[in-house]
Amino acid sequence: MASYKENRTAQIRLVSSHNEVYEPCDDSFALVDALLANRSNLLEHCPTMCMEIGCGSGYVITSLALILGRERGGVNYIATDINPNAVKVTRETLDAHGVDAELILTDIASGLENRLAGLVDVMVVNPPYVPTPEDEVGAEGIISSWAGGENGRRVIDRVLPVADHLLSEKGWLYMVTLTANNPSEICLQMKKKGYASTIIIQRSTEEESLHIIKFWRDSDTTVDEVTDQSLIGFLGSLLSQIPLFSLWRGSNSNDNC
Amino acid sequence: MRLLTHNMLSSNIKGVEKGFPLRIEAEKVVEKPVEMNADFLRKMFEKVEWKAFVEASRSMGYAQLPEEVDSGMLESDEFLSRFHHALLELHLEEGALVCPETGRRFPVNKGIPNMLLHEDEV
Repeated sequence: MASYKENRTAQIRLVSSHNEVYEPCDDSFALVDALLANRSNLLEHCPTMCMEIGCGSGYVITSLALILGRERGGVNYIATDINPNAVKVTRETLDAHGVDAELILTDIASGLENRLAGLVDVMVVNPPYVPTPEDEVGAEGIISSWAGGENGRRVIDRVLPVADHLLSEKGWLYMVTLTANNPSEICLQMKKKGYASTIIIQRSTEEESLHIIKFWRDSDTTVDEVTDQSLIGFLGSLLSQIPLFSLWRGSNSNDNC
Repeated sequence: MRLLTHNMLSSNIKGVEKGFPLRIEAEKVVEKPVEMNADFLRKMFEKVEWKAFVEASRSMGYAQLPEEVDSGMLESDEFLSRFHHALLELHLEEGALVCPETGRRFPVNKGIPNMLLHEDEV
């Protein structure tokens, strides 16, 4: 499995780094694993325009480009980040793997919203999802990579309407969330905008659970009372209820993230 | 930054109504060949704002695009080749994108446009 993965995803040894840029961690790996798991669907989907919001080290966008790879010529990749060091590092990571993406230093997708509306076929986001004090949200440097404000939702709640605006009719959104972000409520919100959703990967530690959710437009998706309750009930039983106030990047964690 | 990306960018300054297209100030343009994909070009043809694209292409030193186009031209290898070259092979490495309404410059460094706004522009 390891060698199969090496050719298909970015290699850690080739991923560039900077002390103000989020290094690939369990959440990055889970998102890429979700994309890998969806590889044949993605290839069949024939996306023309793929986008990452918050590219950090470039690990995810690079992996996506490798996954979609040479078999699908004619895909355009765009990645954005609010951190100038992140876009710099992402360029290095892309170069090291022989793949390419257009990079833009901007807040979420600011500047792209008018012209790119309805054009993105695949969007991937590993947002700053950690519950933090509000004043850490968007702070300079590496803090902006994880600080998510109340319930870790501050940036997620800004990304979702942008994703809705940019995604094409056939567009897919893959997003990383924590249980603390209340993913079932996120899915319900997206349902009201006509999106179906599924959890592709769920990974739990003692402290928290990561959920990689995929959203897509589904004309059969309607919001009615019966469906709401069954959706919440289903998701509620699916997601483990873990105390909200521990951080994913806890001070006691042994890993280097 | 490729011209495809330029064609997708507009000025994000608060209150600006006519923020597209951004005017290009080219200081360093680099050509990087890349394999042509006709299907991709045909899809992009539908989305590209052609007048802005031709103008931008000229700013980058390439003047081989027709002023006006129709989808019939997609049958021509010559046209596809020029379209491909301008859309995907020309890179603005250093320069700026200028808001047509306010004149505000968004710098482009190492091929990356900086669209971050100052506090008073948000």
